[in-house]
Amino acid sequence: MSLFEIKNVSKSFGDLKVLNDISVSVEEGEVVAIIGPSGSGKSTLLRCATMLETMDSGELSYLGEVAAHNDAEGKSVYASSSELRKIKSYFGLVFQQFNLFPHYSVLKNLIDAPISVQKRNASEVKKEAKELLVKMGLEGKENYYPQQLSGGQQQRVAIARALCMNPDILFFDEPTSALDPELTGEILKVIRQLAQEHMTMVIVTHEMAFARDVADRVIFMDGGYIVEEGKPEDVITNPKEERTKRFLARFAENG
Amino acid sequence: MSLLTVISQIASGFGSTLIVFFCTLLFSMPLGILVALGRMSKFKPLSVLIQGIISILRGTPLMLQLIVVFYGPYYVFGLKLSTAWRLYATLIGFSINYAAYFAEIFRAGIQSIPVGQTEAATVLGYTKTQTFLKIIFPQMVKRTIPPVTNEVITLVKDTSLAFVLAYQEMFTYAKQVSAAMSSLMPLFVAGVFYYVFNLVVTLIMNYIEKRLNYYN
Repeated sequence: MSLFEIKNVSKSFGDLKVLNDISVSVEEGEVVAIIGPSGSGKSTLLRCATMLETMDSGELSYLGEVAAHNDAEGKSVYASSSELRKIKSYFGLVFQQFNLFPHYSVLKNLIDAPISVQKRNASEVKKEAKELLVKMGLEGKENYYPQQLSGGQQQRVAIARALCMNPDILFFDEPTSALDPELTGEILKVIRQLAQEHMTMVIVTHEMAFARDVADRVIFMDGGYIVEEGKPEDVITNPKEERTKRFLARFAENG
Repeated sequence: MSLLTVISQIASGFGSTLIVFFCTLLFSMPLGILVALGRMSKFKPLSVLIQGIISILRGTPLMLQLIVVFYGPYYVFGLKLSTAWRLYATLIGFSINYAAYFAEIFRAGIQSIPVGQTEAATVLGYTKTQTFLKIIFPQMVKRTIPPVTNEVITLVKDTSLAFVLAYQEMFTYAKQVSAAMSSLMPLFVAGVFYYVFNLVVTLIMNYIEKRLNYYN
């Protein structure tokens, strides 16, 4: 049983078909990188997986629990909202724009959802949150507000906030695209560390070197299709498909 | 009549002015939030209906609305109007009118908050109500303080419109004293009252704005 499985997803925005019958499954402990040009559908795939977008057709499940299945006509039907709320606790999402709550302190950003959504013990959550902040190199920042932190620090708070929910799988939607190269390094280091701890992760990224190093599997998407998929040394270092080669060649040119 | 007598006469209407002012705020703000939510509803008939009502409330004079609310029960239902109705009609008219303005301010405030806030809350498992109360509402309050302050200041001055229903507030007294004395002085005194009242309102709103500046 896969930890996460999305099957035969199709999604259109008006006349524009963004995802064409895509299937991805992720095993426990696996790190999957999704690469591809802008508009290839990789972010939409992530948004469908995290239920920020509804699929037109396709199936979605976490830990074998079905969040959406196809009806007789092949349209996605989602589970009840109480069922979905439970399934939402299995995954976390880190956004490109961090999306921290600006009116909450760093600590409150971490602990509010575990306490008010998961109804966990407040002091226990606080303890865990503080440990997470130390792990993220944010010791002593508990009482800061997001705007007082650098972009890299904010993104690390966002990762800590997601981890504080104890998700089984963590999605990253271009986590370094809003950061300068120096701050990007901070974030990649944190994700590397999580990979070493066998956190299951799906990362949409433009950092090819990072994807090659950290991912167990790389998926290259273009035009709403999965063009190529496999081990990083195959997809990134020795791509078979012409489209993948062209995409990666441009990256090599631009350094 | 000495200045002191004039002041004390006008001041005797100040309590009634305060009642209109505070009750209108108390009723129109929560009502404004509900109206704003209804206006943003995905259920089209509701949103269109509310849009229409807001349009009428903002597009016609408050004085006219007050008169309609006051005489409506008599002309439409043939009800006999009690004296207390003067106050109630004043409060209903003011509250509904101000709710329409507040609703548009709150709607703009809610819609100005980046969609990423709602998305982050959704992924964290917050319910829609939790997302609104914990994430959206506090940020909206901060963003709407300046336009709300404008409305509150206007309300202080608008309370004088209650005189059309012969509700005895400060302005009614000022006009009566002015007529009795054949002098503009009582009106100047009333003006000073309104001005000082608004000065206090501005100071309070500035204080609240500063308090909410703990984040950007």
